[in-house]
Amino acid sequence: MTATATPRTKRQKKEAAGPYGNVGKTVDVLDERLGFAKGGRVFMDKIFPDHWSFMLGEIALYSFVVLLVTGVFLTLYFVPSQRLMTVPMDFPYKPLRGDTVSEAFYSTINMSFNVRCGLLMRQMHHWACDIFVASIVVHMARVFFTGAFRKPREANWLVGVTLLILAITNGFLGYSLPDDLVSGTGIRIADSIMLSIPVIGSYVSFFVFGGTFPGDIVIERFFIIHVLLVPGAIMGLVGAHLGLLVRQKHTQFPGKGRTERNVVGSPMFPVFIFKTQGFLFMVLGACALLGALAQINPVWQFGQYYAANISYAVQPDWYMGFLDGLLRVMPAWEFNNFGYTIPLEVTFPAVIFPGIVFNIAMAWPWIEQQFTKDKQMHHLLDRPRDVPHRTAFGVAFFALLAILFIASSTDVLANFFHVSLNFVLILMRVLCFVVPVIAYPVTYFICIELQGGGSLMGKRKRANVVVRTEEGEYIANPSDPRPGDAHEELDATPVPTFIIDEAVVVEAEEVVSEGGVKVAAR
Amino acid sequence: MTDQHEPADITTVTADAPQMQPLAKDPDAMANKIGLLFILGLICFLGFGVAYWQDAAFWLYGTLIGAGLVALGSGFIAWGKYLLPKGPFVEERHVLASSTEERTAFSAALMERGVAPIKRRKALGALLGGSLGVFSIVALFPLVRSLGPLPGDSLATTNWKKGTRLVDINGNFIHIDQIDVGGFATVFPEGLQLTDDGQAIDQTFLIRVDTEPFTTAKGREDWTPSGYVAYSKLCTHLGCPVGLYEQQLEVLVCPCHQSMFKVREAAIPTFGPAPRPLPQLPLAVDSDGYLFAAAGYNEPVGPGYWERP
Repeated sequence: MTATATPRTKRQKKEAAGPYGNVGKTVDVLDERLGFAKGGRVFMDKIFPDHWSFMLGEIALYSFVVLLVTGVFLTLYFVPSQRLMTVPMDFPYKPLRGDTVSEAFYSTINMSFNVRCGLLMRQMHHWACDIFVASIVVHMARVFFTGAFRKPREANWLVGVTLLILAITNGFLGYSLPDDLVSGTGIRIADSIMLSIPVIGSYVSFFVFGGTFPGDIVIERFFIIHVLLVPGAIMGLVGAHLGLLVRQKHTQFPGKGRTERNVVGSPMFPVFIFKTQGFLFMVLGACALLGALAQINPVWQFGQYYAANISYAVQPDWYMGFLDGLLRVMPAWEFNNFGYTIPLEVTFPAVIFPGIVFNIAMAWPWIEQQFTKDKQMHHLLDRPRDVPHRTAFGVAFFALLAILFIASSTDVLANFFHVSLNFVLILMRVLCFVVPVIAYPVTYFICIELQGGGSLMGKRKRANVVVRTEEGEYIANPSDPRPGDAHEELDATPVPTFIIDEAVVVEAEEVVSEGGVKVAAR
Repeated sequence: MTDQHEPADITTVTADAPQMQPLAKDPDAMANKIGLLFILGLICFLGFGVAYWQDAAFWLYGTLIGAGLVALGSGFIAWGKYLLPKGPFVEERHVLASSTEERTAFSAALMERGVAPIKRRKALGALLGGSLGVFSIVALFPLVRSLGPLPGDSLATTNWKKGTRLVDINGNFIHIDQIDVGGFATVFPEGLQLTDDGQAIDQTFLIRVDTEPFTTAKGREDWTPSGYVAYSKLCTHLGCPVGLYEQQLEVLVCPCHQSMFKVREAAIPTFGPAPRPLPQLPLAVDSDGYLFAAAGYNEPVGPGYWERP
């Protein structure tokens, strides 16, 4: 039997196919035509560092996938029209039978009651949106507190902040579509916010609504922005976000074998693909479980929006909470001079404050550079405690937003705790200033404290072996450290060149020689 | 940290390297567990199919497909984590920047080939810029101007005029004996109760505070026949309908941001973010005993805006 003879048995066929079998053949066929083996190998070899916090961005990505899939389903049934119609007398939800409602509202409740899986898809869509924005915020906090936005990743930070703004915008637009009483009131408030913009406010409002509020076209306009323009922009920016990530490679936490010049972790193929694919299913499953078991936005209970009707104790989706809270706690400072009005009680909370928040967020990489004068490349992440001022600022910033979020339910809090509404409001005004001012120094000193203490980071828990002595006494002895967890001497981190200063270097060397592992830069 | 091996170079690692071995101590046992997860997922998906076919409660089939996806996802992740190469692997992080020569060459090409020859024609550049500028301005006409009419003074006007009769949402006139002290109704200009403008702009809150006329403010002595008082229902903060009436305190409360207005004192705001009193509609009674507006509102209703005097 020679090698060229026609293979007959299974084994011979296998041998004839070469060491990589059909896979190898397919690669041959494709590579001859596309020449992808070299680039494909680089892609396949891309290393993803392993840390749970790198998964937060994946939640955002996959909840966006859920939004796209469920959103397409919803468009098949939703009618973006404010034209009025009568609910049929055989509609499953009896309280609405015979009511005059808009087609947008009817199609929303119709898909909830008359389309199999419709309500599930609607609730999944809404939950996925809340998760989408939440995961973006948490992912952003991770990037912020670990300094992952530093050079060379400033552009990707900007893309990320823009994605957050787009996500919030689209969340509000989508929330407005069912034309129910609660969302209609939300649009009314949005109109008043537009009106509050100095000089151009009334023009903005008239161009958005095609005339005076509510008009008959705003749902159609919001619909096309919600399903086409903003998602398109989000998709493009997500592509840019991931493209930059691949180009600049992942950051990683410092650790054994990890340097500024390498990436340690799992390869794209097959380990990361398996993990991330599994995670996509987990996020899908979580959204499905929430959509199935946790009611969200039951618009049929609110009823059709009529401009003269109003509901009570209604809070917006969580990501609009800080705006609503500030609108409540802001004092009534309206200025009327020279025959013109500046309604600062609206302009400041709803236009100027978010402007400040998102501008600080956008500019943060450069703001920080102004203080640190650090122009170096950074691929290794900071531990938050090692950058106490940044950490303290971030905590104070989030504390302010949290207080504003809580302030968006002053009425509910007053009812719940049986205290006066006036007291709750004044308390919130005070807390807006006090909490961030306290949060900053407290966080700062906690960071300094933690820097001094020995670290258990990355050490696995050790068992406590309880021993009974012959006298009947019990003693708990920690077991030996697990392999790899034992104390080991590390090389001293070289002092970065930008802070090289004779005195500092000398001091740092002294500390190293005394304490062994401790490396003090100052 | 917890890595037991040094990271292996991903480009050169061989199949027998320790980093290529699975993390699981007993891979076969782990494979069994993962198999169970996949079977659980399969059962859930089949259950979803049956539940859908039988038109079961939506929470039931939602739970089934959600649980199936979670089981499938967990199995997938466990497979990747415990049975595939455990690593760690390392790849080099190449310097992103090009070499100085390449960069200089790029700048040179950019400058010599394009920027310098273009800069030479300053007049052409100015013409191009001017033309593009005009284009970007006129492009705004269809893209922005066509979106709606100009505001004009429509924000400052309502449909309430002298002699307009008050109607409720069903279009019925309001008779002077119809509402008891402490009662209230949302009223609209006659014939406009079901229109967008009538609802969104003209909506007015009518309260019977007393049996006798009373004075809310100087100059408004005869605006409250038989103790009826009418205020614009649009909150001066953000235009929400001020729909809560606290009867005992005689206070109107906006449910959106809890501004409070004193009903007997020209609706001056006493609490919350509303900056101005609610505009008051002067009322009068005709010979048949029906309420009508003695005049329109004497100021714009609703939230503040730039052109508001």
